[in-house]
Amino acid sequence: MQARAVPLRIGLVLGFLAIASITYLVAAQAQSVNPTKDAVSEQQLLQQFKTIRGLGTIPDTKSYTLEQPAGRDWRHFHEVTLRWIGGIAILGMLAWLVIFYLSRGMVRIESGRCGRTIVRFNAFERFVHWMTAVCFVILALSGLNITFGRPLLLSLMRPESFTTFSEWAKYAHNYLSFPFTLGVVLIFLMWLGGNLPTRVDIDWLKRGGGMIGYDHPPAYRFNAGQKLIYWIVVLGGGAAAVSGYVLIFPFYGTTIATMQQAEMVHSIVAMLFIAAMLGHIYIGTIGMEGAFEAMGSGTVDLNWAKEHHSLWLEEQDAGSRMDSSKPQPTVVAGQQP
Amino acid sequence: MARMKFLCDADRCIECNACVTACKNENEVPWGINRRRVVTLDDGKPGERSVSMACMHCTDAPCQAVCPVNAFYTTADGVVLHSKDICIGCGYCFYACPFGAPQYPRVGNFGSRGKMDKCTFCAGGPEPDGSAEEYEKYGANRLAEGKLPLCAEMCATKSLLAGDGEVIEEIYKARVTQRGYGSGAWGWKTAYRETVSS
Repeated sequence: MQARAVPLRIGLVLGFLAIASITYLVAAQAQSVNPTKDAVSEQQLLQQFKTIRGLGTIPDTKSYTLEQPAGRDWRHFHEVTLRWIGGIAILGMLAWLVIFYLSRGMVRIESGRCGRTIVRFNAFERFVHWMTAVCFVILALSGLNITFGRPLLLSLMRPESFTTFSEWAKYAHNYLSFPFTLGVVLIFLMWLGGNLPTRVDIDWLKRGGGMIGYDHPPAYRFNAGQKLIYWIVVLGGGAAAVSGYVLIFPFYGTTIATMQQAEMVHSIVAMLFIAAMLGHIYIGTIGMEGAFEAMGSGTVDLNWAKEHHSLWLEEQDAGSRMDSSKPQPTVVAGQQP
Repeated sequence: MARMKFLCDADRCIECNACVTACKNENEVPWGINRRRVVTLDDGKPGERSVSMACMHCTDAPCQAVCPVNAFYTTADGVVLHSKDICIGCGYCFYACPFGAPQYPRVGNFGSRGKMDKCTFCAGGPEPDGSAEEYEKYGANRLAEGKLPLCAEMCATKSLLAGDGEVIEEIYKARVTQRGYGSGAWGWKTAYRETVSS
């Protein structure tokens, strides 16, 4: 009897101890649960990561970002900074061109036209130029509509009409980017040879391209000013194209932050590009006599070539003399005045 | 006029997603679009919190500011609504929104996102209140019927509060005082530039 009671007592004691320890553990655990202790804090997360990201239950992983106040900075860029950049660049360039035209006027062919012409740009070159140019003008106008349309155009028409216009402009902007990019690539390839900087450019730039006064610094096929335009088109067009394709294909390897950055790069490059092209259009049309026909009919007057691209003309003359068997004459007879 | 706001009491949210379902059902939200979603922060770690998020109907809303065609308008109740007839689907509102609220029917290559869709605070759109066209484009207009957004109405733990900003702020403050803690009114500082002082 006695011998059986001892293990029972030990068992009871052990059982009590076990229950006591479990109760103690549970109590300790309950005490350590403090709902505020480790709770995520909005302010801390924002300060640490700039965005608050967690986990969600729907396939759209973008929606796992709870909060990203950076949109406010982008908004300021889009609404204020970009409009200033665009306004100053484009209106500034226009104002400068007007002042220049009024003070200098059209750069005339000083020795007058001789009536004989020389091929400057062949049909393929002109096709590429005009394909790129037409695309550029539509891209520029439809792009400017996104930045300036609401403050400038919306008040002039019904909101529905402005929406229809803007939607077409958006599609034009997206799809014309392809021939434009092709044009930039072709321009890069076909005119690269003539647009590498040479020593002649330094002299040309020192003499201000002959724009100030009535100077005619020598130049090969492309002078330093044209080379500048070439590199603006190649590099600016390239940057606009790359950032534009990021925007056309949203969220392929990009986040909202990179989409915002792509928009910033795209719009700043575009504004400066437009300003530069205004200068290009000016000098190719009303700024200089005999310049437009280079891209129009493809031929220029010999005296124009002599004044603006003397070294190129010498090259062409030498080439045609050395290789007189060439079926395509570089110097062709033009209409006699 | 009341200034309508959302407030998600993250200390009460149990991540049941009833708000998401209620919203989709009440507004017949198209397939693939969620106007509201629940995001869990620090999932599985101590201090994990879930927050139900949709359009916060910001004061001086960024979407409204960047929209190139002026598709947005803010109602007298402070609800930010938009017109799908005006929207051109450019996606700028999504880039500007701090809460990822704007949604689009399609992925959007070549600018083919379609008309933007987002939480309307169950207040419909510019069409006449309760009309079939309004329901077709924007879903229910409960506000016009004197009801609050269904997501908040359905919330089982009353974590998600919707209604007059001052009223829900008082409710939240009282909770914080009573239970002794609160992880704050998520998104309020970003959306309304003010936060609940507790």
